[in-house]
Amino acid sequence: MADLGRAALLVTLGLTLYALIAGAAAAMSGRRRLALSARNALYGALASTAVAAAVLLAGFVRDDFSLTYVADHSSRDLPLQYKISAFWGGQEGSLLLWLLVLNAYAVLAVWFARRRARDLVVWVTPVLGAIGVAFAWLLVAVSSPFDTIAAPADGNGLNPSLQNPYMVIHPVFLYLGYVGLAVPFAFAMGALLSGRTDERWIVATRRWTIVAWTALGIGQLLGAHWAYQEVGWGGYYAWDPVENAALMPWLAATAYLHSVMIQEKRGMLRVWNVSLVSLGFCLSLFGTFLTRSGIVSSIHSFTQSAIGPWFLGFIVVAVVFAGAMIWLRLPRLRTTARLESLVSREASFLYNNLLLVALCLTILWGTAWPIVSEAVRGEAVVVGRPYFDFFLRIFGLPLLLLMGIGPLVAWRRASLRGLGRVFAWPAGIALATGVVLIALGAGSSVPGLIAYTFSAFVLGTIAVEFVRGTSARKALTGEGAATAFAQLVGRNRRRYGGYVVHAAVVLLAIGIAGSSAYDSVVEGRLARGDSLEVGGYALTYRDLTEREGPNATEIRAHLDVRRGDEQLGTITAGKNAYSVEQQVSNEVGIRSDRLTGEDLFVIAEQVNEDGTVFFRVFVKPLVNLIWLAGFVFVLGAVIALWPDAREERRLATRYAPIEGGDRRATT
Amino acid sequence: MTVWILLGAALAVAGVVVVALPFLREPEPTSDSLRLLGAEEQRRLEAVEARDRALAALKELEADHRAGRVSDDDYRAVVGILRRDAAEALRALDGLEGGSRRMGAKSG
Repeated sequence: MADLGRAALLVTLGLTLYALIAGAAAAMSGRRRLALSARNALYGALASTAVAAAVLLAGFVRDDFSLTYVADHSSRDLPLQYKISAFWGGQEGSLLLWLLVLNAYAVLAVWFARRRARDLVVWVTPVLGAIGVAFAWLLVAVSSPFDTIAAPADGNGLNPSLQNPYMVIHPVFLYLGYVGLAVPFAFAMGALLSGRTDERWIVATRRWTIVAWTALGIGQLLGAHWAYQEVGWGGYYAWDPVENAALMPWLAATAYLHSVMIQEKRGMLRVWNVSLVSLGFCLSLFGTFLTRSGIVSSIHSFTQSAIGPWFLGFIVVAVVFAGAMIWLRLPRLRTTARLESLVSREASFLYNNLLLVALCLTILWGTAWPIVSEAVRGEAVVVGRPYFDFFLRIFGLPLLLLMGIGPLVAWRRASLRGLGRVFAWPAGIALATGVVLIALGAGSSVPGLIAYTFSAFVLGTIAVEFVRGTSARKALTGEGAATAFAQLVGRNRRRYGGYVVHAAVVLLAIGIAGSSAYDSVVEGRLARGDSLEVGGYALTYRDLTEREGPNATEIRAHLDVRRGDEQLGTITAGKNAYSVEQQVSNEVGIRSDRLTGEDLFVIAEQVNEDGTVFFRVFVKPLVNLIWLAGFVFVLGAVIALWPDAREERRLATRYAPIEGGDRRATT
Repeated sequence: MTVWILLGAALAVAGVVVVALPFLREPEPTSDSLRLLGAEEQRRLEAVEARDRALAALKELEADHRAGRVSDDDYRAVVGILRRDAAEALRALDGLEGGSRRMGAKSG
C-alpha cells in the first residue's frame, strides 16, 4: 500500500508542477487548450492527493504498522475515532491534510470562477499550482508519510492529550481556515499578474474568504475548549505560539473582511486589501511553520528539523513574490477616491483595520521574539502572558467599542449631532450597565468593567439596528413585524450576518472578561472527608476510585459539592495513566451552571499514595458564554454566506457581457 | 506489492490523460487563443463597477435615512455628492458605450 501512497504523491507533485509551468505559459502566451490542460492538472492533483490520503487512512484503520507514521502515532487498542484523527496527529499527516484541503479549495474556487473571471483564473491556476508544488515536494522528498519499517507488533500510540473528541475535528477546522486563505491570495496575485485589478477577484473570493475565516474561528474555539477540558491547567488560551499561529491570520482576515467593504463601496484601499490578503496567507504559512518545524521548542530543533528550512524558504518566496507584485502593480492599484472625513463609516473601518493589524503584529512580535533572540543572541527568552494581555487590552478594548460605532456611522461623512441621535440609546444602555456593575462590585477590575460597558454599548447598537431596520421595513411595505424582520435580514445578509457575528464577539468578550478578571481559585491537599471553599461553593473530598478503561488506568477523586444549604451533587477529577504511551494526563472535573454561565472547575493536581489529593479549584464566572459565542458566530457566518439570488442576478447582469463570450475557454 | 505499484502507474497514466484531454478533444482547433478582455472591455467593466458602486451607495443612503441611521442634516450633506458621483459614473459609461457603438458603426 505504501507504494501506492508514494506514487500518488509523486503524481500530485507532477500535476501541480505542470499546473504551475503550463499554467504560467498559457497565461503568458494566451493559449486556450494549454490553460484548460493546466486547470485539469489541478483537478487531477486533487484526485491523486485523495488517493494518498485514503492509503494513509487505510493504514491507520488496518493497524498497518509497516508504515512508520502509523506505528509512531497509533496502536491496536486505540479507539477507531482516534485512529482516524491520528492521521493529522503528526507532521507528515498534517502536511498531507494541508495538501488535500488546498487541492479541494483550488478545484472549487477555479471551477466557480471559470466564466466570470477567466482572465484571472488563467493566472490563478499557476499560483495555486505553485503552492501545491511546495507542499507536495515536502511530502515526496522531505517528510513522507509512506516511509516503511519492519512492522512492530504494536504501535507507539497517540499522545493522550490528542485522545479527545475535540482533536478529531479541531485540526480539520484549523486547516480549512489556514489553507482557505490561499484562495483569496491566489486570486489577488492572479489579478496583479494579469493586470485585471477590477473587483472580480474580490467577488470571486468573497465566500471563500468568509468560509476560511469562519473555519479558522471555529477551529480556535474548538482548540480553546479542548485546552480547557483536556490540558488541565484551568484556562483555555495561554498565548502559546501554536495558539497565536492560528489567531494571527484570523486577525488579518478579519481586517480584510472589513476593509474590502471600503473597496466595494468606495473603490478605496486597493493596495491595503491585496496587502492584507497576502499578510493573511503568509501568516497561515507561518502558523503551519511554527507548529510543524519544531522551532517553537527551540531554534536548535528547527535546524535539526527536515522541513523547517524548506518551509522558511517557502515563506520568504511567498512574501517576496507578493511584495514584488504589489509594488509592480502600484500604478494600477491607485485610486482617485479620498477619505472625506475622519467621522465616517470608512474612517471607522480604517481605525478598526489599524487596531486589528497592530494587534496582529504585536502578537507576531511576541511570538517571534524568543526565536529571533535565540537565533541572534543564543539566549532563549520568554514573552509571557502580561505582554500579550497588555496589548489585548490596549488594542482590543477600542476595537470592541468601534464594533458598535462603525456600522452605524454614515458613509462619506457624519455630523456629531447626527451621531448623538443615533448613539443616544446604546450610550444610555452602556452607561446604565456601567453604573449597575460598579454597584455590584465589578469595579475590582477596571479592564473588566470597561469590557462589560463597551459590550453593553455594542449589544445596544445591534438591538437598535434590528429594531430600526424592521420598523422602517414595516412602514415601507406594510408587512408584519416577523415578516419584516425576516425580509430585512434576508435582503441584507452580509450586513445582518455581520451584526450577529459582532454579537458573538461581544459574548466572547464578556466570557473572557468574566472568567479571567473575576475568577476565584483555591488549592489545597485534602484527605477523605476534608473540605475547601471557593466562590460560594463548598467541596468535600469523599472517595478515590481506580478502574481500567479501554486504553488507560483511570484514577478519579470524587467530591461532594454544596452551595449554601443546597447539595449540588458530585464532581470527579483525576488522572489517566496510558500504559502504551507511558504518559499521564489530567482529567478535570467541570460543573457548569447553565443559568449563570459559571463553571466550577476542579483539577486533581497530585494523587498521593496515602489517598490524599492536592486539588486546585477554580470558579469561572460567565466562561460558558465563550462557547455559546461559537454557536452565535456560526449562525452569523451562515447568514452572511447564505446564497442571495438577488445579489447573484445583479452580478450576472454586471458581468453578462464578459461571461457570454467564448464558452469553450471556460468549460 | 506489485498490485500497488501497478495501481500507482495507472494513476500516473490517468494524470497524463487528464492533462492531455483538451488536446485530445480538439486536435485541430479553429482557434487556440484565450478570449481575454481587451483594453476597452476592461475600461467598460471598471466603469460598470463604478456605476454600480455609485448607485448602491445612493440606495444604501436612502435606506439608512429611512431607518433613522442617518439624520436629515447628514442626508442632505451627502445625497448631493452621491447623486453627482452616480451621474458622472453613468456619463462615463455612456461615453464608453457610445464610443464602442461608433467604432462598431464605422467598422460595419
